[in-house]
Amino acid sequence: MTNRLALLLPKRGEWQLALPLALFFILFFIAPLLLLVVISFYNDQLMTTAGTGQYISFFSDGLNLTVLWETLLLGVKATALSLFMGYPLAWFAARAKGRTQAFFLFVVVLPILTSVVVRTFAWVVILGRQGLINKTLMALGLASEPVRLLFSELGVVIVLAQVQMPLMVLPLMTTLQRIDPNFADASNALGAGAWRTFFKVTLPLSMPGIIAGCILVYAACVTAFVTHTLIGGVRLLYMPLFIFQQAMDLQNWPFAAAISVVFMISVLLIIALLVMLSRSSRAQIYG
Amino acid sequence: MNHSFDIDRASFRFVFFAIAAVCVFFLMFPSVIILILSFTGEETLRFPPPSWSMRWYTALLDATELQDALVLSFKVAVIATVSSVLLGVAAALGIARSNSGWARFLDMIFMSPLILPALAFGFAVLMMFSLLGYRPSLWTLSVGHTVVVVPFVLRTTLASLTQLDPAMLESSRSLGAGEIYTFRRITLPLISRGVMAGAFIAFMASFDNVPVSLFLQDARTQVLPIYLWDIINNQLDSRAASASGVLIILTIVLMVVMERLSGVSKFMR
Repeated sequence: MTNRLALLLPKRGEWQLALPLALFFILFFIAPLLLLVVISFYNDQLMTTAGTGQYISFFSDGLNLTVLWETLLLGVKATALSLFMGYPLAWFAARAKGRTQAFFLFVVVLPILTSVVVRTFAWVVILGRQGLINKTLMALGLASEPVRLLFSELGVVIVLAQVQMPLMVLPLMTTLQRIDPNFADASNALGAGAWRTFFKVTLPLSMPGIIAGCILVYAACVTAFVTHTLIGGVRLLYMPLFIFQQAMDLQNWPFAAAISVVFMISVLLIIALLVMLSRSSRAQIYG
Repeated sequence: MNHSFDIDRASFRFVFFAIAAVCVFFLMFPSVIILILSFTGEETLRFPPPSWSMRWYTALLDATELQDALVLSFKVAVIATVSSVLLGVAAALGIARSNSGWARFLDMIFMSPLILPALAFGFAVLMMFSLLGYRPSLWTLSVGHTVVVVPFVLRTTLASLTQLDPAMLESSRSLGAGEIYTFRRITLPLISRGVMAGAFIAFMASFDNVPVSLFLQDARTQVLPIYLWDIINNQLDSRAASASGVLIILTIVLMVVMERLSGVSKFMR
């Protein structure tokens, strides 16, 4: 493989082609992030004395920790729902052929390209007190008064799962298509039913796709400022809005920087955990 | 074999089919709702609309703030797309053939804006620019957007580079073509679909970006998604529906065109 690829490009010095982007990233990606860390270690808003004061004040206030915890948990709930809903779709899409598969792909890809604001906006209309769901529930006599969906955590979880669903379905589809159908056939021939075959054969084999999808959806859900604010309202506070308020409304840069750093590290730790899970699941299957 | 009704298989199919059907419905549903709603004749956004008209579409023609926002978003998306294609395609060429540690490391760094909370990054760039004395402008916005959309170009270009048959390049060289000529006449045409798909996804991602724009846009002009977010959040103006309707239709048209040109959906998997 290496040899084949080696012929792809001008032989001498082709790696220099990565230099412009590397330089661009050092200046506008790495440097700002380092600066973020540096600023988080100032004790006061005017940035005169250095210290760990911001971190101490973040971790000593239970309310801050609740916001962080709620945000991380929100991501878990929305990712789980989107996996549960997205898996069967990916399963059908992976088995479909020709035009049917093209249709599935179109249905999944189009939402990613449509503006998140537009897609979330639709849910404001659907979930509101006088919205579609409440009207239907009341017309059917299932609820006597409007159910609170907008500005509730349940609402945010549902909308996040729907808005980020394509990020789950696409990697799942790819993995499911690569699985040799003989495995499932063999399982059937040996007497395992459809459910057993699914849980014992297909599901474990699709683990890499599940993890890849979960990483993308989780990362998108915890930082989904638009959905958090439009569906959650101001009473449900999650980390992105918290950072924004501290940075822009209160102009408290060191504190905003400190909570950004804590937030980034927590998200990265969870993603690292998922990556480790995917490594061990791969080792189990192919090892 | 057992010819009687297989309850196990049937229940499995039924459950999977039911969830998948709900899923397809929910993927299409929001856009359909907005399209229907955009033809309301009312001031308030009630569904289903009690009366119908095109008035909110004609109202867009006078909405100057909204038009300014659209123009700004378009400019930023064009600049971010062009620069991410130039930087990203070059970098993809640079790291595609290497399996070495540094190439993997660079790849990981270049892809990391996809998973790092973009809002924290936007705030970090804002602090850097303002400490250096730069005010938020079209250029700060474009720089921030370029960083977060480069991964899309990189990913699609790398994907098409690995599918490229090296025999093509070898024959070009053995026939006496120079490196640059080979690149221009062989490599570039063969990876152009990947590059186009990446450019398209990058454009749409920049056009839709909120977390970075929140910090880097200047006070006078908002980008379109933030402007829409603002009116949905505060007054729920019916123009939000017609503007969204325009965006949905444009997205579908662009998607169909780009699917023809570059098979974009294949590159998203």
